[in-house]
Amino acid sequence: MNAFIQHFAFEFRTGIRNKTLLLLNYLFPLGFYLMMGFIMAEINPIFQDVLVPAMTTFAILTATLLGIPDPLVNARERGIYRSYKIAGVPTFSILLISIMTTMVHLAIMGLIIASTAPLLFDAPSPVNWINFTVVFISLAFASAGLGVLIGVISSSSRITVLWSQAVFLPSMLIGGLMFPFSLLPTAAQKIALMLPATHAMNAFNGLAMNSGSDFNPWISVWILLLGGVAALGLAVYLFKWDNQNTNHRTRTFLAILALMPYVMGLLIA
Amino acid sequence: MNQAMIQVQDFTKTYRDFKAVKGITFNVYGGEIFALLGPNGAGKTSTLESLEGLRQPNGGRLSVAGIDPAKQHHLLRNIIGVQLQSSGLPDTITPDEAMRLFCAYHKVDPRFDLLDRLGLASKRVTQYHQLSTGQQRRLALALAVAHDPKVLFLDEPTAGLDVATRAELHDLMRELRSEGATIILATHDMAEAEELSDRIAILLDGNLAALGTPLEITATGSQLTKISVRTQNSTLIEQTIIFPGVCHHTTKGNYQIYFSESIGITVAAIIDHLQTEDDTLIDLRVERPSLEDRFLEITSKGLNQ
Repeated sequence: MNAFIQHFAFEFRTGIRNKTLLLLNYLFPLGFYLMMGFIMAEINPIFQDVLVPAMTTFAILTATLLGIPDPLVNARERGIYRSYKIAGVPTFSILLISIMTTMVHLAIMGLIIASTAPLLFDAPSPVNWINFTVVFISLAFASAGLGVLIGVISSSSRITVLWSQAVFLPSMLIGGLMFPFSLLPTAAQKIALMLPATHAMNAFNGLAMNSGSDFNPWISVWILLLGGVAALGLAVYLFKWDNQNTNHRTRTFLAILALMPYVMGLLIA
Repeated sequence: MNQAMIQVQDFTKTYRDFKAVKGITFNVYGGEIFALLGPNGAGKTSTLESLEGLRQPNGGRLSVAGIDPAKQHHLLRNIIGVQLQSSGLPDTITPDEAMRLFCAYHKVDPRFDLLDRLGLASKRVTQYHQLSTGQQRRLALALAVAHDPKVLFLDEPTAGLDVATRAELHDLMRELRSEGATIILATHDMAEAEELSDRIAILLDGNLAALGTPLEITATGSQLTKISVRTQNSTLIEQTIIFPGVCHHTTKGNYQIYFSESIGITVAAIIDHLQTEDDTLIDLRVERPSLEDRFLEITSKGLNQ
């Protein structure tokens, strides 16, 4: 347990010491939040109502999908996992600690957004804080799971960026952050249901903001949790200690199974 | 002779179609410093990494203190210490944090005294990427020995170290040996291997080319003694002079270098020649073949085959 705590403490400090992680965990989400609060709320007054869930979702996606995979690939390439293996660090600890420390940074960031948005931009606060926390944790876990899985299967930092952006960009465009899910064309809605961001916005709106949901918000929460479990489980299974990733195709195919909960959501929602 | 601490029997390692190690057999005994030498690609790292449990052997049997490294890694980790060739630590970790972290996983108290001993006292809160190469290697070594392992694997331990730190490291290795630790060392530094090792194995193209004490290995060579001579009037430069016992001759700067199989006869003939020619001897050095000479002899034979 002492080892787990020492490892957690070190990884948490890395999230602040490492300039890239500091940017992705705090500075970029904070800057984007302020920019959107000042500009977007003026252009689109409806956005003010979803400012807190949208910017919280954005912060989570940035820290997890963009922040988690690259350090994992770098650590593997530099032989850090090999020295961890020799020291007896379990695979599960490496991946779980990465998820947990990111979630702690995100909790700080989420608190900053949720507490300042009403003061700075007159945006509504969550009505149900418990549900807000439940949805927050569900999305952070699902998205961090995907981030870890991308880091585990990517053969290089370049591939990591491609995988991360394949989830991040559609989430920004059709995930309900900028435009309501209901305004999307039917085909785009189908694609959007494959994204964690869509389920997070649906659950935030339905359970925490009481502003109405597009489909059952608890289904969204379950899909996020199942997505997180599937992604983390596959990441542990596909994890390689060696400093080079092999069997890319088989591993990528298996990793795609992490999307199964979202496919189920597509059928249920 | 102590009990075999490491047993390597008919060990093979292949990477797809490439056979990196081709069925080698040797033992390393308890309390011994054992050097694994060989040119790049000879199979040293494959052998070490398989013994450390990082790679699966393709054939043969490996045992470290009675443990199969491929199947019982959970038992192996507390009895071995490894200093890897690559960095193996995160950029942002400090020596203090690394010591706490690694010792916590080995369930022992942190050994900050080792950081002080290896010259890292003033760098204990400096991030890893800000340490020099030598400091990074010293930290890796401190982490490798912090849990008092029975078997220590060192891959190029003194590469990039200054003379004082290198000497300190050698002292530490001798001290660990005297406390009963078995050390297996992969190095390109022949002087280090000759000075520290009890026994040496030379790998060449995946095969065991030589095995024995440094003396045994140097003794099995061509037995030629190197005689370097420098004179006042350079009368030895004349290429037609042939001294008895000399197998071949070369020139290096102001020195004439003779490789002789009969040192006494050759030296006497050189002195006679200088007296006859009224030349004055400035320097005369007689050197027995070093491990490096023997290593080059073995590897050049292998490369020419």
